[in-house]
Amino acid sequence: MAGRSPRVGVVTFPGSLDDRDALRAVRFLGGEGVPLWHADPDLGGVDAVILPGGFSYGDYLRTGAIARFAPVMEEVRRFAERGGPVLGICNGFQILCEAGLLPGALARNVSLRFVCRWVHVRVETAASAITGELVPGEVLEVPVKHGEGRYVAAPGDLERIEAEGLVVLRYCGPGGELDDRFDPNGSAGHVAAVRNEAGNVVGLMPHPEHAVDPDLGPTGGQPLLASLLGRALARV
Amino acid sequence: MRFRFEVVVSLKPGLLDPQGKAVEGALPALGWTNVSGVRVGKHVELTVEAPDEARARAQVEEMARRLLSNPVIEEFRVLAGEAV
Amino acid sequence: MATRTREPLHRALGLTDDELEAIRGALGRDPNPTELAMYAAMWSEHCSYKSSKLHLRTLPTEGEAVLVGPGRDAGAVDVGDGLAVVFKMESHSHPSAIEPSQGAATGVGGIVRDVLAMGARPVALLDPLRFGPLTEERNRWLFAGVVAGIGGYGNCIGVPTVGGEVAFAAPHSANPTVNVMCVGLAPAERLLLGHRAEPGALLLLIGAATGRDGIGGVSVLASRTLEEGAEESRPSVQIGDPFAEKLLIEACLELADRGLLEGLQDLGGAGLTCAASESASRLGLGVELELDAVPLREEGMEPFEILTSESQERMLALVRPERLGEVRAVCERWGLASAVVGRLVEGGAMRVWRAGAVVAEVPARSLADEGPAYDRPAGPPEGRAEVLADDPTFVAFDGDPGEAFLAVLGSPNVASKRWVYEQYDQLVQGRTLQGPGADAAAIRIEGTLRAIVCTTDGKGRFAWLDPYLGAAHSVAEAARNVACAGARPLAVTNCLNFGSPEEPAVMWAFREAVRGMGDACRALGTPVTGGNVSFYNASGGRAIWPTPVVGMVGLLPDHRLLVRPGFREPGHLVVLLGETLPELGGSEFAEVVLGKVSGRPPALDLERERALVELLVEAARADLLGSAHDCSDGGLAVALAESAFAGGMGFAVSLPWDLPAHVALFAESASRAVVSVAPERAEELEALAARLGVPWAVLGETGGPLLAVDGVFELDLEAARDVWEGAIPGLVGG
Repeated sequence: MAGRSPRVGVVTFPGSLDDRDALRAVRFLGGEGVPLWHADPDLGGVDAVILPGGFSYGDYLRTGAIARFAPVMEEVRRFAERGGPVLGICNGFQILCEAGLLPGALARNVSLRFVCRWVHVRVETAASAITGELVPGEVLEVPVKHGEGRYVAAPGDLERIEAEGLVVLRYCGPGGELDDRFDPNGSAGHVAAVRNEAGNVVGLMPHPEHAVDPDLGPTGGQPLLASLLGRALARV
Repeated sequence: MRFRFEVVVSLKPGLLDPQGKAVEGALPALGWTNVSGVRVGKHVELTVEAPDEARARAQVEEMARRLLSNPVIEEFRVLAGEAV
Repeated sequence: MATRTREPLHRALGLTDDELEAIRGALGRDPNPTELAMYAAMWSEHCSYKSSKLHLRTLPTEGEAVLVGPGRDAGAVDVGDGLAVVFKMESHSHPSAIEPSQGAATGVGGIVRDVLAMGARPVALLDPLRFGPLTEERNRWLFAGVVAGIGGYGNCIGVPTVGGEVAFAAPHSANPTVNVMCVGLAPAERLLLGHRAEPGALLLLIGAATGRDGIGGVSVLASRTLEEGAEESRPSVQIGDPFAEKLLIEACLELADRGLLEGLQDLGGAGLTCAASESASRLGLGVELELDAVPLREEGMEPFEILTSESQERMLALVRPERLGEVRAVCERWGLASAVVGRLVEGGAMRVWRAGAVVAEVPARSLADEGPAYDRPAGPPEGRAEVLADDPTFVAFDGDPGEAFLAVLGSPNVASKRWVYEQYDQLVQGRTLQGPGADAAAIRIEGTLRAIVCTTDGKGRFAWLDPYLGAAHSVAEAARNVACAGARPLAVTNCLNFGSPEEPAVMWAFREAVRGMGDACRALGTPVTGGNVSFYNASGGRAIWPTPVVGMVGLLPDHRLLVRPGFREPGHLVVLLGETLPELGGSEFAEVVLGKVSGRPPALDLERERALVELLVEAARADLLGSAHDCSDGGLAVALAESAFAGGMGFAVSLPWDLPAHVALFAESASRAVVSVAPERAEELEALAARLGVPWAVLGETGGPLLAVDGVFELDLEAARDVWEGAIPGLVGG
């Protein structure tokens, strides 16, 4: 290791809400959190990028629809194309889908209600920027909080996403079992997180940054963000 | 010239539309038991300045594709195009 | 301002003939229509507290921790380390009755801006709500709409909703009670008190453009009862834009952090008129307002409309001219419009300009501080003696206590409110140590070990039977809830929800409630730092129950000592602190099982309450408690069950008193808490209880899959939990 901690940029859009929480979580796990602004023309040389939760630009039209055109997103796209680790959490996931960096889209919860609750997710692949330190089948406890988190994809796309192993996490029961009652939003295939083909770009609806500090609850977010930091460190 | 357009954005057929389902579920209670196929979408109105309607419409189609809809799950129709 | 009838303008605006005379006296001439509209808004019940202020003055407002008392946008208390907790509660019931989602949403927006106006970052929201029974379609619509509105707004601005309460009673059918409390944090020395500004300071209007939203909102909605056809009032309901609010929060906090502001004021009821006149009056100055400079959203707005518009998401900043450039740059960075709309001047006049002419000129003080004050006639309602005498404690009950227990658990008042709070973001900002569903919420103060503990409590049924006791009980319960978490109660904000003050019975209940709240706050050492009165919660001649609601904040010096309501370990002793008396009056059991809302509410000995609070705080500090949960709605039985549900383990207890089982289980006697304690620490806890004079009874122990009360019932924990969790989703259809 080069003797420095990985620098993880967290992009703040005007309506970002969990940006400080993501920075705090990165620091909690030993990384250096770097605040980035949506109008920034560059990423300040960070080793990984997090697009945090919130309502980027109010999201009245569609979640993430306007954020994908933010100046910083051009840089995020380039960074991703060079293999840089990019994590979209909740609204960040929605933005990455809108930007075409991840397959599928996020639609209104099947209940039509916002849902904030702790859920379990099952690791489906270790080949992603947030699961490098995990083993498929492992179950983590993390919170969700969203009104539009139902993962959908056009007919045909879903089969491809499954076939190519792009599903990173699925909602499940405490023992890893899959069932509608464990799925907070009615996602296709209970999908909670997906990756791109290369695995460096990942989006997830749950909030790992709210599950790192044991004072505040379960710590299922720790291995997810630690994996991201590990991946970032590999680039240092 | 200025042209007024309406853009209707709706979920692609086959995708679950929980809002549409909720509306369809509520109608029978009000006496309409003969309704089916309810889909809820978005309606955007806008005015475009352009030399003619065809060019204005082309721009609106482009806006609808790039911003107003998400082609992954939604489709859109551009209606009208009245000079105002 | 035309009206259908030909009544004089001042009356159409809600001013009495006497009030018009007072305005003439203040001006030395007849007011013009614009001035009249300004007075009508500022002297409305909602803004002037004219029917309540004589009584509110009797509340205790001073205490060691109090930094800012009543009369400001929000109160503030010292929590050590140079930090202040800023908090306030408000009602948005009237708008919510007409348009539940937007009404509740804009209520959240308004209270957040009150806290923001003090220069504090809003860190928590709590929502005490009351509706009619969910068996009625309209009540379900109101309930679902209000909850969605609170969530839709709160979730978008990044302030967690960490608590509140939801209760149901028939008198709230036409008039739901929607209160919201906001808690904020700020460095104490940086609180924006608005007393620094000097003549020449500019009034900078930041945020949304001004439209016709809520013209006459305060006088139309909150100062009259809602009658049939209230839909006509819809234009008075404002539409919220939470994204704009989020930008306002960030921009205003950046301005406060950088010391760029002399003062900051929310534009709420009575809009610009209120913000400008209060800012000036507080400083003993005058103000010049230039209406042409106000960014408008609609064309053709009259001066009175601009002056009284309640358009949301606007703040008025006082800025020194040399700082204007920096201030506007911050606004711009956050994408917010800003406009200089006036300046502070010597003298005391508020002078309003439009198109080069003065359209209004009135003494700022007379608008803001010299409104009327009424000592309205008051007298107890008829039939009160009969209701009190019909005491359910002595009604023979030969039903099955196990069935009664499940009926109480499944009553919407007692049942789990998960359906509600899962629609709220409870976690954002990363401070939530304990969220909704517990006795009180706990918010960590970053960079310290401290935590703020807060709760809201109201006792509608008790207050209907006895407003004095009902209000005192709500303070006592709030203190107990804060203490159950291990925190010491510090101070109180309130929201006093009542019918029309012009009804003597309502005014009597109000007076009694204020007296009860004052006595309880004095006894428990929790001064009132501000609050809100919501009158005219009535329609068709029927008022809501008198509903004094208390919001309390407390301080936990070390968050690692937070005590939670759930049983922690099997094999702990289950102990009841406090005494159970034969008191079923006004209880949940009496309503749900016996069908009676009658009798005297339980007695309240404030010295006993104080001792229990002290015991809980000291026991937490010594880390003696496995869990602590207050005994209130549904009595001991429900407190035990909730501790079991939260802890995921059952209990086996017996009832060691000479009381019928249903009385012992369901009496709602005050000053009690169910705690669990490790056997090896029990002696120490018992000694502490003895020293403080708190009655102590070991009931049994924790553990196992059953809720077992010896000789009374034995129920499967998961089955009971299903009843408790399933009740509200069952009523609202998922």
